[in-house]
Amino acid sequence: MRIALLGNPNTGKTSVFNLLTGLRQQVGNFPGVTVDKKVGKLDIHGENHELVDFPGTYSFYPRSGDERVVFEILSEPKSELYPDVVAVVVDASNLERNLLLFSQVYDLQLPTVMILNMTDLAAKQHRRYDVDGLRKMFPEATIVESNARVKTGKSRIKNSFAELKERRGDLFLEGELLNDSDLEGQEKDAERRFAKIASSLKKIETAQEEKVSPTSKVDRVLVHPVFGYLIFALILMLIFQFIYAFAAIPMDFIDGTFATFSSWTASVMSEGIFTDLLTKGIIPGIGGVVIFIPQIALLFFFIAILEETGYLSRVVFIMDRLMRPLGLNGKSIVPLISSVACAIPGVMAARTISDRKERIITIMVAPLMSCSARIPVYTLLIAIVIPSKVIGGFMNLQGLVLFGLYALGTISALVVALVLKWVIKTKEKGFLMLEMPSYKAPRWGNVGLTVLEKVKIFVWDAGRVILAISIILWALATYGPGDKLENAEKMARKQAVEQELSESESSQLIASMRLEKSYIGIMGKSIEPVIEPLGYDWKIGISVITSFAAREVFVGSMATIYAVGDDGEENLPLIEKMKQSKRPDGSPIYTLAAGASLMVFFAFAMQCMSTLAVVKRETRSWKWPLLQLGYMGVLAYLGAWITFIILS
Amino acid sequence: MLFVKSSLKSISNGVVVEVRSIAASSLKVKLLEMGITEGKQLKVLFRAPLGDPMAIDVGGYILSLRNSEAELIEVEPILSVI
Repeated sequence: MRIALLGNPNTGKTSVFNLLTGLRQQVGNFPGVTVDKKVGKLDIHGENHELVDFPGTYSFYPRSGDERVVFEILSEPKSELYPDVVAVVVDASNLERNLLLFSQVYDLQLPTVMILNMTDLAAKQHRRYDVDGLRKMFPEATIVESNARVKTGKSRIKNSFAELKERRGDLFLEGELLNDSDLEGQEKDAERRFAKIASSLKKIETAQEEKVSPTSKVDRVLVHPVFGYLIFALILMLIFQFIYAFAAIPMDFIDGTFATFSSWTASVMSEGIFTDLLTKGIIPGIGGVVIFIPQIALLFFFIAILEETGYLSRVVFIMDRLMRPLGLNGKSIVPLISSVACAIPGVMAARTISDRKERIITIMVAPLMSCSARIPVYTLLIAIVIPSKVIGGFMNLQGLVLFGLYALGTISALVVALVLKWVIKTKEKGFLMLEMPSYKAPRWGNVGLTVLEKVKIFVWDAGRVILAISIILWALATYGPGDKLENAEKMARKQAVEQELSESESSQLIASMRLEKSYIGIMGKSIEPVIEPLGYDWKIGISVITSFAAREVFVGSMATIYAVGDDGEENLPLIEKMKQSKRPDGSPIYTLAAGASLMVFFAFAMQCMSTLAVVKRETRSWKWPLLQLGYMGVLAYLGAWITFIILS
Repeated sequence: MLFVKSSLKSISNGVVVEVRSIAASSLKVKLLEMGITEGKQLKVLFRAPLGDPMAIDVGGYILSLRNSEAELIEVEPILSVI
């Protein structure tokens, strides 16, 4: 049978889901919306059942696009996902508000289970309730108590599914199922239900005389005008330190492993197209997906902790007023800041924003934040065109330029958000109305499952697109029309012999000349008239095209084109070569104007297919990633052009 | 002390109020669903650094509301806590 799991947000619904299904979870899509559908397998007395996790809602009737699935599936018995049983997680420490959704679901006449969760918190708050009283309120529901955070109640909940009560038509409130657009009817429904809930609860719930909000003291510090922001900044800094310190180790390892594996495969297989496809297309392509896993996992590890503890809602609380004029939400701060490490987890973190417009804006501007993949490009270009001088007594000019590029990214993200606020139309009225849950210690099991889920989503959903594009890019860089590539190689070999080059130098020369004659080389040359006003030549054109795979690929492509080894560290030979390269008329290519123009180009351009794949995945359409590619491309071109004109 | 109806937005921190009515708005049903019904006691807890949003206690849980949302709720103070 299929069991639908429902409940208010912050009731421990996820904990219950994890408790019941453990690692036997699969993420899919609900039709038409952007929320994930998590389905878990559940054994009850040897029989296999399906548990479907619905988004957390306060009411049966939808308030935002993503909440629609609850109403749409449960009000339509013919729908494909219509459950056989509904289980509603109810927060025992907040019965009144939770019983609204429960009573609405109860009246659907499906076999219903109430999972009375967080009983420990209720006890701590000296709230006593009479479970038998609840059973009288809902005579046809099965009621079980649990404490999913500390993993108690698993067998009780499972048994309850085997002891379902038959529905004989008992209703909590007489009335028809309402239309989802009948707001007035829904208002009356909520008022009548709450009136009845309140009068029934009087008999069965006794709360402590003085209700004390348990977290007020901590909140006085965490939302303080000075300390609040200071603590948040401190936490962010710590997170980034961790990510930079710890992500680099597995990333280098992955990088090295894939390179070794690729060359090992090449050595054991016979030469040919298939070997090339495998060793230069598929294996590096998979490597290009896997390399992001450490950053994604680490970032979500920290975000999950912040969310589990209840701190994230305080961050939203102090940031909301600052972000709102920009068309963003307090919740946008985490995706935007995460994007400084990498836009992929940043875009994925925008999931928490329930307002669709605010979420789309956040996703659209997140890749403008300077991600870590831009650093190698920036440092290479800065080393070439910006002199290392000390200005103002203590500031290094090169460092200042790097800082300026970060500022450029951040400011443009905010400005574009402001523009999008006016451009994107929405019928839904933005609102906050955010519950601030009490502080809790994080449950490591939940944190681990969140990390696992995010990594899975990235690898399966975005990974396929990334792999496909990297194979296309590889093919374009490896093949050329007719026998041009073979001729180029012959020429290179001839030149190498004439100039008495060493083996590595000659293979660098061959790679360089082959790339020039490949399809990508042709593309780079054919876009030269377009990029010439920006101060670029065809060599830069080729690297701009190849770096669509990932920004940092720019450095490697430049190294190939200039036929120098990509030593991956200081790039000194490449810097020297680029500094000396001249146009046919003898003027240097990498002037301050051209270099700065290229940096501005990289600050704006959507040079990252992985992010595009993730945006497509998160918005469930190609419209937004393509718009993003377009507007960032225009911004990059115009920005680079203006920079070039001003500086030359 | 003056017992007058006013919007929740203008209530100082620490004051306990009772909900009198909620203005007609597309957000009304949402506020009701969050447990803000007529006659409900609310306590204003604290505000974000720029005075907006505000946090209130609704029957034992903390809800944050933007000022534009709190404005819709007409309340009457019933007890003043210093």
